[in-house]
Amino acid sequence: MATGTTFAHRHILGMEQLSREDIVHILATADSFKEISTRSIKKVPTLRGHTIINLFFEPSTRTRLSFEVAAKRMSADTFNISPSTSSTTKGETLADTARNISAMHPDIIIIRHSCSGAPLFLTRYVEAAVINAGDGAHEHPSQGLLDLMTVKEHRGTLSGLKIAIIGDITHSRVARSGIIGFSRMGSQVHVYGPTTLIPKGIEQLGATLCGSLEEAVRDADVVMTLRIQRERQNDPLLPSLREYSRQFGISRHILSLAKPDALVMHPGPVNRGVELPPDIADGPQSVILDQVTNGVAVRMALLYLVMGNS
Amino acid sequence: MNSSWRIKNGRIIDPANRIDRMDDLVVIDGRIAGPDQPAPADLPEIDAQGLWVVPGLIDMHVHLREPGEEYKEDILSGTRAAVAGGFTGVACMPNTKPVNDSATVTVTIMARAAHAPIRVYPVGAISLGSEGKQLCEYGEMRGAGIVAVSDDGRPVRDSQLMRRALEYASDFGLVVISHSEEATLSTGVMNEGPVATRLGLKGIPAAAEAIMVYREIALAEFTGTRVHIAHVSTAMAIDLIRAAKARGVRVTAETAPHYFTLTDEAVVGYDTNTKMNPPLRSAADREAIRTALADGTLDVIATDHAPHSVLEKELEFDAAANGIIGLETALPLTLALVRDRVIDEARLVELLAVNPATILGLEAGTLGAGAQADITLIDPDHQFVYTADQVVSKSRNTPFLGQTLQGRAVLTMVGGLVRHNLLG
Repeated sequence: MATGTTFAHRHILGMEQLSREDIVHILATADSFKEISTRSIKKVPTLRGHTIINLFFEPSTRTRLSFEVAAKRMSADTFNISPSTSSTTKGETLADTARNISAMHPDIIIIRHSCSGAPLFLTRYVEAAVINAGDGAHEHPSQGLLDLMTVKEHRGTLSGLKIAIIGDITHSRVARSGIIGFSRMGSQVHVYGPTTLIPKGIEQLGATLCGSLEEAVRDADVVMTLRIQRERQNDPLLPSLREYSRQFGISRHILSLAKPDALVMHPGPVNRGVELPPDIADGPQSVILDQVTNGVAVRMALLYLVMGNS
Repeated sequence: MNSSWRIKNGRIIDPANRIDRMDDLVVIDGRIAGPDQPAPADLPEIDAQGLWVVPGLIDMHVHLREPGEEYKEDILSGTRAAVAGGFTGVACMPNTKPVNDSATVTVTIMARAAHAPIRVYPVGAISLGSEGKQLCEYGEMRGAGIVAVSDDGRPVRDSQLMRRALEYASDFGLVVISHSEEATLSTGVMNEGPVATRLGLKGIPAAAEAIMVYREIALAEFTGTRVHIAHVSTAMAIDLIRAAKARGVRVTAETAPHYFTLTDEAVVGYDTNTKMNPPLRSAADREAIRTALADGTLDVIATDHAPHSVLEKELEFDAAANGIIGLETALPLTLALVRDRVIDEARLVELLAVNPATILGLEAGTLGAGAQADITLIDPDHQFVYTADQVVSKSRNTPFLGQTLQGRAVLTMVGGLVRHNLLG
């Protein structure tokens, strides 16, 4: 469809597995699918007769909805199941769940799980193609791809850009997929956050660790902030959200250090007034809703490509 | 069964008696004969040409899971795995169900061990139920057969209790074995560092081990008692132990084969057979451990043999249990250190036989005249692929499955009785 290149991956487990050529191919495919969502009849028959299971062990509104919309616009039959992760300790294990689902012969399983590595684990027990919709603090490849697509649309290129990722890097799969993806496409990723939320050795993924918010944001093409999780028991990571917003949040002044037309991004949902004040989240530089729109197109492309362009 | 032999033409490596030479070794009625002892002319012979003849190996850190978790391992299956790996004695940790925290449990273990092919030395708990609150009755448990005390797997948080355990254990000549881990820092599932960051797994910092190793050193130094540090995994802990030994603190320490063989890179792929506690560490830590095995900072190689079934291991990495089996791979993995010229043959025997026997006060680790004939014959060139159907242990949780290993115990003798024999 989009390009003549073949797509070699049966599963989409992370940005780490994708080459620069793979990413270009996925984004071109997504680009060609984007138009479908603007038609009055938003449906193509491409995946008719295919069964797609959304296996979400973690609560999710946006990502699950985005995958479901993508699948339905491709005419696939979709099913959502949300087993409780607590059942792993008493009752059905992930391996059991996987074997049972596999016995129903789905074509694609989209999995979100709180444990890093769960999508790879799943591939060992199922025949279906597996797409990672977020695993623990590991990867969230469809988010990484939609972020790349959004920046490419607005900047016209993905090379030579300065991308600032600000906030809780430790617990963020979005940060890991973003660092790998943007670096692979030839941009420089600069990360900053409180040291309690910066994981050891993040530079080895390709990021530059900054010493201040100003340093991270100065002359940036993109300022991406990450959601701060309020719920992290037994680990005193932050004194308060109030302190966080004052010391690490993006203010008008901080944003003014970036390029004048810098893009403001956030994987959502935004804690308004914590990572971003409402006037920036909803302001002219924000592309947060473009990210959501592109999410559907990227996921349509992934579903199409793992089905072998058939 | 016959317990008198002439072991012919082997390379006898017996560092306790400063011997490393080609010779025959004679065993009469389960004991090693002296040079002047008359030997019957018709002794049955074992051809040890090309083999090493060493004192039986001692693993001072295993989990035999009996009583309570016999679906993972039991005393018989675990000791069969041990004898196949060249061990003639194992010290079994007390974290069974129930915990070995009384003479009653010790007696039960000893009764089961009477049917084992090798010697079993139970380790008693430091505290009742290993709950870290109240000391166990070390005197009575010593009488029943324990050789040391440890709350392995349940690190002692309370420093006052640890101090009292060191002092009270010394009254009975028992060494305290410390699982050194600062629990409040240790909430992750693998080594904290770049690999954990890449995999998105929660890390366990090296400092969690080092802090507790220093606590044990400080307590042993202040009270003048002995302490043994279990499964050392970090360069930070090595530095502390080396410095403590230099100033005369009575501290000894062990590491496990996986810590000098693998690094945290092995966790890439989320194989739950690379999950253990302490976790696989960095390449720099592995290097520090190899150096410490050679220079005497580390005294012992022990396996931390920790059998788990698929119920505990066929899970997400976060959810899987810690630990791997090790009795059948310890010797080949240690022989790799000899081939890499990290240690020599005599040092291998010290680490796997002489020193664990000394630390636990066992009548073992020597081929001197009159000693019990606990003997291991090693073929250092024997290559084998360690496949699932070869595993003797009840559990198969090991990252070394499918690998080609070199060097093996080809005959294991306990009290003159041949308990394992690949010589045919």
